[in-house]
Amino acid sequence: MKLDLLTSLYVFMLAAFIGFEVIRRVSPLLHTPLMSLTNALDAIAVVGAILLAGEYHAHGAMLAKILGTIAIVAATSNIVGGFLITDRMLRMFKASGPKKP
Amino acid sequence: MTNLPGMESIIEITYLIATALFILSLKWLSSPATARRGVFAGELGMLLAIAGTLLHRGIVEYKWIVIALVLGTIIGVPLGEVAMAAVPQRTALSHAFGALCVTLVGAAEFYLRTPDVPRFMMGVLSLEVILGSLTFTGSLMAAGKLQEVLPQRPITYKGQNIVNLGLLGVAIVVAGMLVAHPEKTQLFPLIVGIPLLFGVMMIIPIGGADMPTVISLLNSYAGLSAAAMGFVLDSKLLIIAGALDGASGFILSVNMSKAMNRSFSNVLFGAFGQEQTAAATKQEARPVRSATPEEAAAILAAANKVVIVPGYGMAVAQAQHKVRELYDALTKRGVDVKFGIHPVAGRMPGHMNVLLAEADIPYDKLLDMDEINGEFPQTDVALVIGANDVTNPAARTDASSPIFGMPILDVDKARTVMVIKRSMGAGFAGIENPLYYLDKTLMLFGDAKSFVGAIVRELGGGHE
Repeated sequence: MKLDLLTSLYVFMLAAFIGFEVIRRVSPLLHTPLMSLTNALDAIAVVGAILLAGEYHAHGAMLAKILGTIAIVAATSNIVGGFLITDRMLRMFKASGPKKP
Repeated sequence: MTNLPGMESIIEITYLIATALFILSLKWLSSPATARRGVFAGELGMLLAIAGTLLHRGIVEYKWIVIALVLGTIIGVPLGEVAMAAVPQRTALSHAFGALCVTLVGAAEFYLRTPDVPRFMMGVLSLEVILGSLTFTGSLMAAGKLQEVLPQRPITYKGQNIVNLGLLGVAIVVAGMLVAHPEKTQLFPLIVGIPLLFGVMMIIPIGGADMPTVISLLNSYAGLSAAAMGFVLDSKLLIIAGALDGASGFILSVNMSKAMNRSFSNVLFGAFGQEQTAAATKQEARPVRSATPEEAAAILAAANKVVIVPGYGMAVAQAQHKVRELYDALTKRGVDVKFGIHPVAGRMPGHMNVLLAEADIPYDKLLDMDEINGEFPQTDVALVIGANDVTNPAARTDASSPIFGMPILDVDKARTVMVIKRSMGAGFAGIENPLYYLDKTLMLFGDAKSFVGAIVRELGGGHE
């Protein structure tokens, strides 16, 4: 248990460093899509919600099911909406090609 | 579900691949050329992770999961198809949804595990629930203000910060008590309820111009609460996704606060807005020079190099498509047209870029502040459309100005400055802008969309 925790802290720390390094390089041009994309990725919390709603619980089963189900709905709407709008935005970004307007 | 011994490992491997794809997804987002590949990587990772989770043999019932996934998709599709002008409020709303998910899972985990919750676990769980709840209501408030169903004006009162910090303090104390005595379930609703209230109180004093910082900050909180949830559930995937989101929100918050010349602690404590409101010193009416669309068109047509500086006013007037026509008309005449974009122009980071890209303006013409500022001295005309404080030279020269020190776009260094503005009313922050009284400045009074349209007609362009 103690060791798992420590591992988790290491994982968090490394991920935060990777996050800083990778995201620092994102051009300000794309900061709005960046936010909607990280939002969609963050909705991976749906994994926890699915287990909560679907697993067997000796007590509090009703509570887990209700809260878990609402949580899945919230996260899924972020996943679907987030990816859709990010892609829509990115499709709009075009370089000025050789073609004359 | 099958009980193959390898199933657990297969699930873990899908998570591992998903994690790698998430990191690649953000990496590819760094350039517009690879960005869409990034979205695809993210989608693939998400799909893998969800599929892997559904294989979990602990899952005994699928009915509600499937119903919830379908329902979430039904809600998500329209949220993915909102107009570009509504992207800031959509983003705020999605922070609220993310925080809701995290808070609900956290609450359920507490009630399922109590009374034996290890101390560290209880601490992280408290963090998850506190951050989640305050992000939930805070983001809903922000979305409400952006959608203008709530008043955009900041509402301040004496002792506001003390009340707010007091609320947060109480929540933290209660969380501490729960860490010591996790069996005291009656305390738990407090660490949900108080932060919910705090989230509302935190956004009340915040005005529209501060939204880019606030949205970034809420983004960061949403990420951190998800990472905390990862600790509680011992899910490395969630820890990493949360850390990435938290880091992203953090970087954007720091960028935004730098661009507004606020200290980061000022941002962290949510103490926005209050310094600005006091400082509107009323000056006597000074003469300004104004111009008609015909005159503006003649000057623009004679220019070699034009920099357009858009602000929130362009978004409000939905003028970006007219601006595109102006860009076309000038480009056709051989004028070099670029756009200078301040980091806090608009209501969220990158807001202006998305609107201009929507209007089909090539992204290599959209330059950020540091890139464009060196070009103003060689610029014939700087055309400011619906931006104000980000062009205020007082930020460079007047130490008594409330925005002194804020990095601005040096439009006053261009040979001629034109400002499209509805009236001489002060900007959002109520700060006088000396730019308007310069000899080289021409005020173009009117609605951004119709004024730009009139200039385009003069130039003989337009798509009507």
